[in-house]
Amino acid sequence: MNPVMLTVFFALFALVTVIGFFASRWKKADLNSLNEWGLAGRQFGTVITWFLLGGDLYTAYTFIAMPALIFGVGAYGFFAIPYVILIFPFAFVVFPRLWAVASRHGCITPADFIRVRYGSRWLATAIAVTGIVATMPYIALNLVGIEVVVGALGFPTEGIVGEIPLIVAFAILAAYTYTSGLRAPAMIAVVKDVLIYITVIAAIIVIPRQLGGFEKIFAAVPPEKLLLTPPEGKDFGQFSNYITVVIGSALALFMYPHAITAMFSAASGNAIRRNMVWMPLYTLTLGLLALMGFFALAAGVKDMPEYAPLFARYGSNFAIPALFLHSFPAWFAGIAFATIAIGALVPAAIMSIASANLYTRNIHREFFNPNVTPAQETQLAKIVSLVVKFGALFFVLFMPQQYAIQLQLLGGIWMIQTLPAIVGGAFTRWFDHRALLLGWAIGIGTGTWMAWLQNFTKSTYNLELLGYAIPGYAAVYALALNLIISIVGTLLVRAVGLPQSADATQPTDFDDIEAANAGDTRPVPGSIPAIE
Amino acid sequence: MPLTPRQKRWYWLLLLPLINVFALPLYNRVDPTLFGIPLFYWYQLVWVMLCSLIVAVVFRMAHPHKQAKDSP
Repeated sequence: MNPVMLTVFFALFALVTVIGFFASRWKKADLNSLNEWGLAGRQFGTVITWFLLGGDLYTAYTFIAMPALIFGVGAYGFFAIPYVILIFPFAFVVFPRLWAVASRHGCITPADFIRVRYGSRWLATAIAVTGIVATMPYIALNLVGIEVVVGALGFPTEGIVGEIPLIVAFAILAAYTYTSGLRAPAMIAVVKDVLIYITVIAAIIVIPRQLGGFEKIFAAVPPEKLLLTPPEGKDFGQFSNYITVVIGSALALFMYPHAITAMFSAASGNAIRRNMVWMPLYTLTLGLLALMGFFALAAGVKDMPEYAPLFARYGSNFAIPALFLHSFPAWFAGIAFATIAIGALVPAAIMSIASANLYTRNIHREFFNPNVTPAQETQLAKIVSLVVKFGALFFVLFMPQQYAIQLQLLGGIWMIQTLPAIVGGAFTRWFDHRALLLGWAIGIGTGTWMAWLQNFTKSTYNLELLGYAIPGYAAVYALALNLIISIVGTLLVRAVGLPQSADATQPTDFDDIEAANAGDTRPVPGSIPAIE
Repeated sequence: MPLTPRQKRWYWLLLLPLINVFALPLYNRVDPTLFGIPLFYWYQLVWVMLCSLIVAVVFRMAHPHKQAKDSP
């Protein structure tokens, strides 16, 4: 253990802890309302939304696992970049509309919106359960990010003693999320994002120079890792894999509850639109970080005896920490590791808040106590956020890490199945809620089956069509089936003439500019009771 | 107020980044390199900035009276 590195690390960690507790007094309001605790009163302007979304979407797991994938398999791992390009035009079109309708009807969660739009408690429940189940392993994987850093700092990694730093970090996180709600990760995200830019810019300047330039770095990469394998004969191979995983990941990302929570907490539709112009700055950082997978290859950290035990324990995930230890002076490695650890806390906080909101609003209120008061609702959400976090912690401590990774793979496949209902509902009321529910169920079933065929180690499916082999991301194929069933089902329901469910929204509710010009973004009475 | 058809037309530009993903065979190669970085990597990084630019153009052109009552 290096004392300088540890001091820097703990100083930064202490700083964000103070900020986390202090956040409850920022834009002071009654934190006993779920709108305040869980959405920070929907008052984040363009800048704070930018930090919050950045802190939310670019998680510690991404920062560890994505360069690790490049380090391990090469070019294919670069899919994260086109994927994180596509999400912005997509969100630019969809989210100002969802934000407007959520703000008009007091929706806190995506399932609230489904409830208002389709008048169906079962479809809303399906959306809520999918969100909660898919988020849990995501939180767990962020803990893995902290674990790797703790190992890199030189703490013992075996036994319960090795887990103490992780438990302490998580207890602190749980405490300030409990008291400050969404304000805590929003404030900490500012620190986190600044640290990330500093770390990545320093790394991209310093490390290539140490390694003798990009030319030398890429010369050290084995040729089969440098590019994707082109199609051979009637097999599209890595090409169809790459394209479908890019599109599928992009479509799934903004269905995740934590992403939607960050969007809903924006102050206006234009705050969201402007963010879609400026968010790609993070993608650029992510891209540079991805290249560091190759830096680690070229530096040959894997063959250095001092890192062998940690590579044995964490696999490729140790590539980036090893590269930092190897290339940076101790004090700067301390900053870089604090960045990764803090980078895990921000999304973990938002994810636990989003899951807590889902449980409280769409399961507890729906099935156990419809007459819950706003204060009780908020209290319950706070407690559920604790349960979710400790559930994830339990997962990391007592289950093989492989399970969390497999569940995370499945999570993407499941989450994307909510897209027809949510995104479809943002534009049209054509779909029937029963058809959407059936499509969702069959999409989830088929997607899970496809992953099962791969023993849950990969999320690809080898589609055979007209004599061509088109291997691709299972989520996309399952979504296609889901869409077909939703469309055919809706046509059938219409043909049989089953009664339609109620729609509490007006077409103008989806127009954020209308709402802003009228100066009226307060909730209107709908099937979700007003929250204030 | 709702967008006019003329304003909505700008939204079609947002399909460009998606189309580019399908152009994969064109940039799955090493040469030409930029500062020693193979085409496959620098080309996709350039698209990060292009996409940001495209979204900015759509925002400017399709939402001209956007600044009315905005984020506090």
